[in-house]
Amino acid sequence: MNTNQTASQQESWWSRLTQSKYFIYILISPLFLVLLAYVIYPFYQTFIQSVVGTEGAGIGNYKRFFSLESTANLEALWTSIYISVISVITCAIVGVTMAFLIERYEFPGRKILSILVLVPMALPPLVGVLSFTFLYGESGIIPRSLQALFNLESVPFSLKGITGVIVVHTFTMYTYFYLTASAAIKGLDPSLEEAATSLGSGRIRIWIKVILPMLTPAMVASSLLVFMIAMASYTAPLMFGVERTMTMQIYLSRTNGNLDMAATQSTILSIVSISFLILMRWYQGRRNFQNQSKGISVHRTELRTPFMKYLSMFLSFIGVIILMLPILVLVLISFSVDGEWTIQIIPPAYTFDHYIALFTDERTWRPIWNSLQMSFVATIGNILFGVAAAYAMIRTRFKGKALLDILIMIPWALPGTVVAVNLIAAFSEPSVFSFNQVLIGTFWILPLAYFVRHLPLIFRSTSAALMQMDQSVEEAARSLGANWWYTFRRVVVPMAFSGILAGTLLAMVQGLGEFVASILIYSTSTMPLSVAIFQKMYAFQFGTACAYGVLQILLIIFVLFISQKLTNGKAGAVI
Amino acid sequence: MKSVRLDNVSKMFGTAKGVENVAIDVKPGEFFTFLGPSGCGKTTTLRMIAGFYYPTKGKIFFDNRDVTTLQPNKRNIGMVFQNYALFPHMTVFENIAFGLEVRKLSKAVIKEKVERAQKLVHLDKYGNRKINELSGGQQQRVALARALVIEPDILLLDEPLSNLDAKLREETRLEIKRLQVELGVTTIYVTHDQTEAMTMSDRIMVMKEGVVQQIGSPQEIYNKPANHFVASFIGEANMLEGEVIEISGSTVKVKVDSDLQVEGVLDPSADKPKLEVGKKVKLSIRPEAIFEGQGQNQLHGTIQLVEFTGVSINYLVKVGSATLKVMIINKGNQILNRGDSISLYVPEKGVYFINE
Ligand SMILES: Nc1ncnc2c1ncn2[C@@H]1O[C@H](COP(=O)(O)OP(=O)(O)OP(=O)(O)O)[C@@H](O)[C@H]1O
Ligand SMILES: [Mg+2]
Repeated sequence: MNTNQTASQQESWWSRLTQSKYFIYILISPLFLVLLAYVIYPFYQTFIQSVVGTEGAGIGNYKRFFSLESTANLEALWTSIYISVISVITCAIVGVTMAFLIERYEFPGRKILSILVLVPMALPPLVGVLSFTFLYGESGIIPRSLQALFNLESVPFSLKGITGVIVVHTFTMYTYFYLTASAAIKGLDPSLEEAATSLGSGRIRIWIKVILPMLTPAMVASSLLVFMIAMASYTAPLMFGVERTMTMQIYLSRTNGNLDMAATQSTILSIVSISFLILMRWYQGRRNFQNQSKGISVHRTELRTPFMKYLSMFLSFIGVIILMLPILVLVLISFSVDGEWTIQIIPPAYTFDHYIALFTDERTWRPIWNSLQMSFVATIGNILFGVAAAYAMIRTRFKGKALLDILIMIPWALPGTVVAVNLIAAFSEPSVFSFNQVLIGTFWILPLAYFVRHLPLIFRSTSAALMQMDQSVEEAARSLGANWWYTFRRVVVPMAFSGILAGTLLAMVQGLGEFVASILIYSTSTMPLSVAIFQKMYAFQFGTACAYGVLQILLIIFVLFISQKLTNGKAGAVI
Repeated sequence: MKSVRLDNVSKMFGTAKGVENVAIDVKPGEFFTFLGPSGCGKTTTLRMIAGFYYPTKGKIFFDNRDVTTLQPNKRNIGMVFQNYALFPHMTVFENIAFGLEVRKLSKAVIKEKVERAQKLVHLDKYGNRKINELSGGQQQRVALARALVIEPDILLLDEPLSNLDAKLREETRLEIKRLQVELGVTTIYVTHDQTEAMTMSDRIMVMKEGVVQQIGSPQEIYNKPANHFVASFIGEANMLEGEVIEISGSTVKVKVDSDLQVEGVLDPSADKPKLEVGKKVKLSIRPEAIFEGQGQNQLHGTIQLVEFTGVSINYLVKVGSATLKVMIINKGNQILNRGDSISLYVPEKGVYFINE
């Protein structure tokens, strides 16, 4: 009797609490707390370090950054912007051209090209740059073969410096333009063009008046995205020795022990990146550039003259070669005997040992195992946070939604270098958010970095899945007597499962390939895979480095394949 | 089987009005329908009964228990949604079993009950089908079985037939009614289709812009509409306005214009409209209450439009300044043509004075 009464009292207390309109704020506060602890607080610490440097408080560091006496920083800022702008232009040209060719024309080799065109997405940043130096660098395979072929004194060309960076950017980032442009082209209703033609418009007029305006939104969005990613690029400048970029400057300042300057540079780069993020959100909000029409089949123009046919065949052949070469060369070198390849065009001796070593030699297996563990831990965190945040965002109403959204997206806009610098600033000393521990130098710092960097992935894929799910399905479960938690477990999660899984796999492989933040904060006891590749490279153990790379690529291809299946070919939306 | 009582319930969405002062008393086992045009607040009211919205004002009782702010999962209701809201990741069997699993029944009991429910809706062989392998009508029946299998105290249906084609709609309508009568469950049904409302319901509540217009049996609603809106929303009606020229006992004579005068009797059971000689009054005459030939309230007019439906011949007839819709049951009579003149009469019980 008595217990009954307390139970019912508790019940009414509980139901009063859960029905209060402030209850939702109790539910979402952990989300904000996580963002505060691992995004805002580190950011704030970096900022504090930049203004309260070792030489007393003030804006001295910023003055020094913009000073005209030693222009290294300004030059770096300028070079970064310069590289980014050129990258946007080259990526746009390549991406849009590819999209038009593949979506609009029928030619021999179109099918295979349309699949391979996405290969650059399967290259982890470090491995991609690596294969480019093997292929087109000073002692690369292509320049050397040309030299041998034409009996030249020296190599006819080689990728280096800023040009190298831009070429790599173009190769790895044109896919952003390709994906949005081909979606937009698929969405172009051919009858619009036909209508314009029937009204007497010529081809050029149609292009200017009909097609370009319809592509503009997709182009603007991709330009902003590519600009942001190019600004954040670190691996390419590192490998091609371009020291005067923002990310490299941060890295150099840190390794030279000039922590205040590193913090200042980070803050400035963050401001640039976040402004671009906000610009992008604003633009997306203003214009909905989603592909609206469904199932309209695009007419593909067939090439009729034999000459055009052969030309197109030849060109798609070249395209396929260029796209496949980076992976082929990695596979080739992964079989080469370490240390044997010196002045020959291709490695002279081959072995299967590297692959066996990967899984049998404790020292080579170690980095793989480290990366698997750390990526796994980070991904678990991402799942918990991402699913909860997506549910709160899509299904509940509270003040501060826009803030939550932008806070989750910020880590995505921040360059990996900056994320690392922020974490160093925040967790080199014990703090509440690290449970009074120093995290730098421990196992936990890298999973934390991966968690922060990949925060938006599961959030976005889950939100997309939830948005497609009718709310009345949840209500049906409730009306059948299921409480909130049961409904969430049995209905919401299973229905959003493909979205959650797609994001999870993506976060997992991104964690396995992460290099940019890792290189700044790893500790030797938990060296991740990508850092191991980097070190093997510098130890001239190309074979082992490439075997690691091939392993990463296989994992990524596997994941892309699965998520393509899970999302019915809309994996692009997840990425 | 429980009664449902809404005690002056209002719902505001911010400052926008959802529904206002709804007061109803649904008896145990009754089939009660909310009827009204789109946006009139039917779903809002139903969702408050289900517990998905809480009223801004007023209280809701199941029998004598105040459930105003009770969580939806504690109400023991069965609800059928307009889009069915079936769980796409489960089979037919699992969908129907969901509510029983929540109630922690044993596997054997669940199996038995689900199979009985499947039989009830004629889906015995479909237990292992995925939801997307069913037709619209079958999905509808799964939704119904899922709501009924938990033996709900109250069954709520929100436009359950609106996604079905015309033929299936009629079939399913009969099916729902049959189940409701068989199980005797208190049912609240939402629709904007007056035929559904008229054929299925014990009582109907007509709503407009969040306000209740009339509550009554289908006959009352049809024969004695409370106002202009109800009269024109349910079935067809010729709405006329005229001046009272004579009252003798319960017989009232109204002049619409010089060519059109009608006489009617005041309904002794209804609230009497306050009629006075010289005042304006509104009246409604159903098209089927007008007959061809000679008799009471004799009218003469010219045919403007002829429509043959098979069951009936519909005319639009101009009488004086008014245009009347007339429906003549087809008994093989001669069909007149546009421009012909026609004699009509209206028995006095076909004239209904609207209390407004
Ligand atoms: N969640 C909400 N927030 C704000 N306004 C709402 C909300 N739900 C309903 N309304 C408003 O309340 C009014 C009644 O809506 P309701 O959904 O109850 O209409 P309905 O009668 O079910 O219409 P329909 O036949 O189209 O389903 C409408 O004006 C609608 O715009
Ligand atoms: Mg509705």
